[in-house]
Amino acid sequence: MAWRNIWRNPRRTILTISAVAFASILLVFMLSFQFGSYDAMINSSVKIQTGHLQIQAKGYQDKQSIQRVVPHPDEVGEIVNSLPEVDAYTFRAKAFSLVSSKERTYGVVVTGIDPAGEAEVSTLKNSIRRGRYLSQDDQNRESPQALVGKLLARNLRVGLGDELTVLGQGRDGSIAATVVKIKGIYSSGLDAFDRNAIHIPLKLFQDIYSMQGAVHQVVVVAKSLKDVSEIKKTVSAGIKNIDTKHFLTVLDWEALMPGLRQAIEMDLVSGVIYYLILIMVVAFSILNTFLMAIFERTQEFGVLMAIGTSPGRLTRLLLIESLSMTMIGIITGVVIGCLVTGYFQIHGIDISGASELLGQYGISGRLHPKLSLLSATSGPAVVLMITFLAALYPALKVRGLKPVEALTYV
Amino acid sequence: MHIVECVDINKTYHQGKVEVLALKGVSLAFEKGSFVALAGPSGSGKTTLLNIIGGLDLADSGRVVVDGNAFDKMNRSQRADLRLNKVGFVFQSYNLIPVLSALENVEFVMLLQGLPPAERRKRAKDILDEVGLEDMYDRRPAELSGGQQQRVAVARAIVSNPSIVLADEPTANLDSSTGKGLLEIMKQMNEKKNVTFIFSTHDNMVMDYADRVIYLRDGMVADDRVKR
Ligand SMILES: Nc1ncnc2c1ncn2[C@@H]1O[C@H](COP(=O)(O)OP(=O)(O)O)[C@@H](O)[C@H]1O
Ligand SMILES: [Mg+2]
Repeated sequence: MAWRNIWRNPRRTILTISAVAFASILLVFMLSFQFGSYDAMINSSVKIQTGHLQIQAKGYQDKQSIQRVVPHPDEVGEIVNSLPEVDAYTFRAKAFSLVSSKERTYGVVVTGIDPAGEAEVSTLKNSIRRGRYLSQDDQNRESPQALVGKLLARNLRVGLGDELTVLGQGRDGSIAATVVKIKGIYSSGLDAFDRNAIHIPLKLFQDIYSMQGAVHQVVVVAKSLKDVSEIKKTVSAGIKNIDTKHFLTVLDWEALMPGLRQAIEMDLVSGVIYYLILIMVVAFSILNTFLMAIFERTQEFGVLMAIGTSPGRLTRLLLIESLSMTMIGIITGVVIGCLVTGYFQIHGIDISGASELLGQYGISGRLHPKLSLLSATSGPAVVLMITFLAALYPALKVRGLKPVEALTYV
Repeated sequence: MHIVECVDINKTYHQGKVEVLALKGVSLAFEKGSFVALAGPSGSGKTTLLNIIGGLDLADSGRVVVDGNAFDKMNRSQRADLRLNKVGFVFQSYNLIPVLSALENVEFVMLLQGLPPAERRKRAKDILDEVGLEDMYDRRPAELSGGQQQRVAVARAIVSNPSIVLADEPTANLDSSTGKGLLEIMKQMNEKKNVTFIFSTHDNMVMDYADRVIYLRDGMVADDRVKR
């Protein structure tokens, strides 16, 4: 009976079902798109800068002081290397220094990298636009080589083969100075990074800055984002036994890039607000459908009550009608939404230049939405809940009808 | 014992500031198995009285007892329950559920009563046969004539063996020969099943079928004649 009542006014019913289905499709797709873009943002930021996890001396993340070191990186490396979830790891040492060309001077972060290890952990090697990446041979001191970000090179007005003077302070307080030749210029897509960093071989760094074999970061890349917390747990337990002056700590990408996390949260919140508005619109259309249906059918409700239908039963009948309608819409919506999302998950969506936020995090070109149980069901579940509430009002209103008045209602 | 008893029923409608005294101290008792006509001009209170007897509306004062149950102490659900099991209704304008077939309309009451499907179906078919609609099981109300719809309504009112069937001007929308046919069926059911029928009318032909005619005027019993 509920089923037949639904189809009394097919046009209105189909409109309502379409609204629900449309909302569900949109929600599935948009949520998957957001999750996909967050994954891409995290992965690309992780690949350009921080890695999924880093082992540092406690306090280094906040103060970046050159004295807070991981003194024996190889011990940490061994622990990390033994984990199957770890894809790659490398060591980095960093110091804030002045870098001068013939014309200009800038304060930048000088990073010592292990050329081979870095190539596996980050996209630095692939983002070289001019010149070449560092090789293992560049580790020796006679011909110090460096990689420079594109924006920094422009600011310093230097090109390939030009010399830069680096001036800083070593771990022991001594003056650290050297002259390096520009071997490559990179463009990561992350402006802040390209404007602010030069890379030199780790051995060279350790010599210049009197590091005594120490580094500042052990950078770890996991095989998958979801392995991160597991790795963090295991490594945290492992490094407890390493004896150092500053305790070592494991930081995941959220701690390493608090800005990224905030950006994701902001985006998610604004998304949710937008979705709620969408859902409210759908809920009002359902509410409208049911209020109209009730006006039209008041006399019939009178008859139903006269022949002995209890108010509760009448409410149930109406709720079943509304629920079946929403369920049809939601199931249709989720199926279509998953198909559409699945298609784009495989083929990607061209977003070049479309999203500022994504651009900031070094993503351009094609983005792949990420369909998951959460993205496929959470939106439609909220639709179901809110439309149910919307239908509840008219369904309860029916209880207030008096049989006699309903019967004579025209 | 009487199947229905009304004692000193008063009902006033308030329409804005105007008060309409629809029933003034009506006391009536009905024998089981009787076939009673409520007669009287339009506005005399027939519909109001039937609604109160059937528990669709409540009197302002007075008592109505149907088969030993008093409506005035009950809540809405309990009244719905009593209507479901003790009272059948037939209204002037056909009052079937439009999305259900004739058979399903008749079955619906038994569905509410929680009878098993097979029994529902059998009893619905039997009663439709008895009112002469054996070929119309699957027709929707819109596909039936007025007289046929009223016969479905009678079948629905009677299928659950109620104590009383209340019919408010059941023939008013029918031409006289169709109306006669309907009354004959009602009378048949009344005799065969010994169910009390109370129906309102202002048609003399219809009153001829009744074995008791109660005349209402201005909300009061003006005359009460037992014919047989
Ligand atoms: N819902 C109502 N509101 C106000 N007055 C009503 C209402 N229903 C009936 N009345 C009045 O009560 C009186 C009796 O009406 P009713 O019982 O319908 O008489 P009948 O069925 O004999 O025509 C009439 O004067 C009518 O106008
Ligand atoms: Mg009337």
